[in-house]
Amino acid sequence: MTKIATRLLGGIALAMFAVWAAPVARAADTIKIGFIAEFSGSFALPAREMDDGIKLYMKQHGATVAGKKIEIIRRDIGGPAPDVAKRLAQELVVRDNVDFLAGFVVTPNALAVADVATQAKKPTVIMNAATSIITTKSPYFVRVSFTVPQITAPLAVWASKNGVKQVYTMVSDYGPGIDAEVWFKKVFEANGGSVVGSVRMPLTSPEFSAYAQKVKDLNPQAIFVFVPANDQPAQIMKTFAERGLTTSTIKILATGDVTDDAALEQEGDAALGLITSHHYSYVHDSPLNKAFVSAFAKEYPDLRPNFVAVGGYDGMAAIYAVINKLHGNIDPDKAMEAFKGLKIDSPRGAIMIDPDTRDVIQTIYIRKVERQGGKLVNAEFDKIENVKDPGK
Amino acid sequence: MIHLAGVLFDGLAYGMLLFVLSVGLSVTMGLMGFVNLAHSAFAMLGGYLSVTLMQQAGVPFLATLPLAFVLIGAASVAFERVLYRRLYRSGELDQVLLTIGLVLMTVASCAYFWGTQQQSVTLPPYLFGHFSPFGIDLGYYRLFLIAVGAAIALALVFGLERTRFGARVRAAVDNQRMARGLGIDVNRIFALTFAIGSGLAGLGGALAINTVGLDPNFATKYLVYVLLVVSVGGLGSIGGSFAAAVLLGISDVAGKYYVPEAGAFIIYALMVLLLLWRPAGLFGRRV
Repeated sequence: MTKIATRLLGGIALAMFAVWAAPVARAADTIKIGFIAEFSGSFALPAREMDDGIKLYMKQHGATVAGKKIEIIRRDIGGPAPDVAKRLAQELVVRDNVDFLAGFVVTPNALAVADVATQAKKPTVIMNAATSIITTKSPYFVRVSFTVPQITAPLAVWASKNGVKQVYTMVSDYGPGIDAEVWFKKVFEANGGSVVGSVRMPLTSPEFSAYAQKVKDLNPQAIFVFVPANDQPAQIMKTFAERGLTTSTIKILATGDVTDDAALEQEGDAALGLITSHHYSYVHDSPLNKAFVSAFAKEYPDLRPNFVAVGGYDGMAAIYAVINKLHGNIDPDKAMEAFKGLKIDSPRGAIMIDPDTRDVIQTIYIRKVERQGGKLVNAEFDKIENVKDPGK
Repeated sequence: MIHLAGVLFDGLAYGMLLFVLSVGLSVTMGLMGFVNLAHSAFAMLGGYLSVTLMQQAGVPFLATLPLAFVLIGAASVAFERVLYRRLYRSGELDQVLLTIGLVLMTVASCAYFWGTQQQSVTLPPYLFGHFSPFGIDLGYYRLFLIAVGAAIALALVFGLERTRFGARVRAAVDNQRMARGLGIDVNRIFALTFAIGSGLAGLGGALAINTVGLDPNFATKYLVYVLLVVSVGGLGSIGGSFAAAVLLGISDVAGKYYVPEAGAFIIYALMVLLLLWRPAGLFGRRV
């Protein structure tokens, strides 16, 4: 090669090395969080809601904590794909050297990452996935969102105390749905009620007419419904409304997923009067929530903040609190100790991380769907405080 | 007995929806021999077009249906001219790859332009609710679906059997080389039939919103059902598509009503049994 060519090649190589090395040189001042969620595919909307919560928190509280810059590295799982979630977590740990992992809209993706979190000792904040067993799978898992048994049990108690004696349960046939069915039945029957029948609907069912017809034929006093938030609540409520179930004497009870704030308007009047239990309503009456909702509306005017956004928001709050406690030096075990017993003032109310299970302890509200100011909202009218996940 | 009648009615309505969504693909695959897996993407675009017309331009729901048919049909001609024509001679794998790629692109584009949330339609009041003669619940929208499906089926059969254009289509399907030899412009026939088939998909997509919802994943979710109807019914057969769609619709609803645990599996089990009995589909021809 000519002298010039060699020199040019050498210069390019040196430049490339400098570019590659530079981030490493700055790494000591940055705390990296690997945010893994289902940005494309059927759970893209909740993943975006979670991301909006994270971005809003960072906008309000700054991107620097305890002198360290916070860097979020986002990775797309593309839907419920445990093998992809695991691979992405591995890459984030090995290649990007993250300090925390976070995210997960659906359970299978969260479960797949348990081994990675344990082996690599990376504190992992579960911001949505709601099956009970998740936090038992790794000592480095902490959850800030909710569990399905946690929101179902109080509803069963409320129902039995408010004149509901017979219930027919309808849930989607997958982890959280089965959790809901099992726990509703357990608690309801323990309080003197009786479950007159139950059905598990396929998760991919596009069409609920057969199930709605069955309810009409059986004519129970009340039904308990669980379908995952996203596209199913609007479909099932419309099918009920079409058959006159929503205006009949049958009481409809559900978990708050069915009246997800972000999708409530799509359900229209069909949802009026629905009684649900959940941990967050966007009309929750607290100064922090009002500030959260108005800040969210300014940043993302096309979307209502819902429980998934709050999961992302509070997840960041937890991470910031821990970083502050450790003064920016993230030792994995010390971080987990800092998470245990952590109290956070959340837009939903006050929450605490259970030191024994690393799961969230929070207030569960009983709400009714009403029209306020021309908009459909979940109006809270009763609450049960300090609810732990009964599944553990 | 009342229950059975109700289940049959609901199943028939669902079947009609599947028919409108699938008949275009059956004819296209039978006629052109082109595997167009982007058919369900056309349906999805028809749905989004209907929603956009209603929300942005205030067009009433019923008026958006013929518009969806015409506009999606026209758009599909563009696809055919620009992309599909190059692969008529290629193997099926190439066609599958191209059209699956189109599906993925359409899904991402719809998510970009309309967002990932559910879309809904505001039905005119006379299409909402139900009435109950003899204790059977007949939903008005489902009656509407049955009426539309039946009308389309009749129009297609009439068109095929009684018009000159239909005769040319049948000739091109039976023996393409002979048809060309007789001076029939087979390319134009293909293009027009493809446009009608895709337009029907668009119409089906708009009709489907109220029954099964609309979001960017509609194309991938419904591709399976459309292929089910097409393979069970037999390629190139309108009667086959009709029979298969009605059969699958009724068995899906009946399965979910009588055997909820097996629910969605029934439709696939039925497909396996029917294809074992008639591998070319109910009314398909062995090539």
